[in-house]
Amino acid sequence: MSLQIILFIIFGTISAVSSVLMMTGRNLIISALFMILNFAALAGLYLLLNAQFIAVVQVIVYAGAIMVLFLFVIMLLKPENEKKFLEANPSIKIFALIIGAVIFFQLVYLIFSSTPANLNNASVAASVKAGTIEEIGKQLYTNYILPFEAAGFLLLAATIGAFVLAKKKFE
Amino acid sequence: MGIPIEYYLVLSAFMFIVGVVGVLVKRNAIMVFMSIELMLNSANLTMVAFSSFLGNSVGQLFVFFVMTVAAAEAAIGLAIIIAIFRNKQTLNIDEINILKW
Repeated sequence: MSLQIILFIIFGTISAVSSVLMMTGRNLIISALFMILNFAALAGLYLLLNAQFIAVVQVIVYAGAIMVLFLFVIMLLKPENEKKFLEANPSIKIFALIIGAVIFFQLVYLIFSSTPANLNNASVAASVKAGTIEEIGKQLYTNYILPFEAAGFLLLAATIGAFVLAKKKFE
Repeated sequence: MGIPIEYYLVLSAFMFIVGVVGVLVKRNAIMVFMSIELMLNSANLTMVAFSSFLGNSVGQLFVFFVMTVAAAEAAIGLAIIIAIFRNKQTLNIDEINILKW
């Protein structure tokens, strides 16, 4: 077994198990911490895919900024008990699990039956080149400058919107 | 590339399904939000996998934009949750039905 396979198994197991634990946990803060673990494992998977820039941004933006925001809100508000609803209504849980299993097996079947075979002998050099910040920056400031500006405007609008919404009183 | 792309796609499908089940089952608004973030992340993993295997950086650009939208969505959504909690003293989405006819 090569080092790549071992790392993939480690990171894949961590991300899958932590997503399940996040969903089954009762305590909101523990769920958020498992979410951070999941994001960190995903950053490892991105590094395995030669996407250096995205891996760094994943750690900074997702595991850093967004999850700190979540933890802040969870600690500001009183977390409620999740248990009551599931005990009262177990049918919706069974329904959701059945739906999830059916869609999952459908997706797995589609993935294994329809992925083109020549995708797997892609060149490593091209993949490394595609993940560098140089290549991404070149694309971002030439072909995709308009979406980039729109994303900046979206962030500005979100900042102002968050201020307005979380303000004490509307006037 | 050492690992077949199918493995990444199956892992991403699994995480997406966990997110879907979380949205359907959970009744806490913050948990629903975190499940949505999980689904966005699994889509990101798919896009990075295809981008890397095709040797084309546009997929990773899209991941960049998805992260921007996710950050904006988290900020706005959590502000809405705080505003709702201030008015109704609850985060249970079964009790938050002021827009229901």
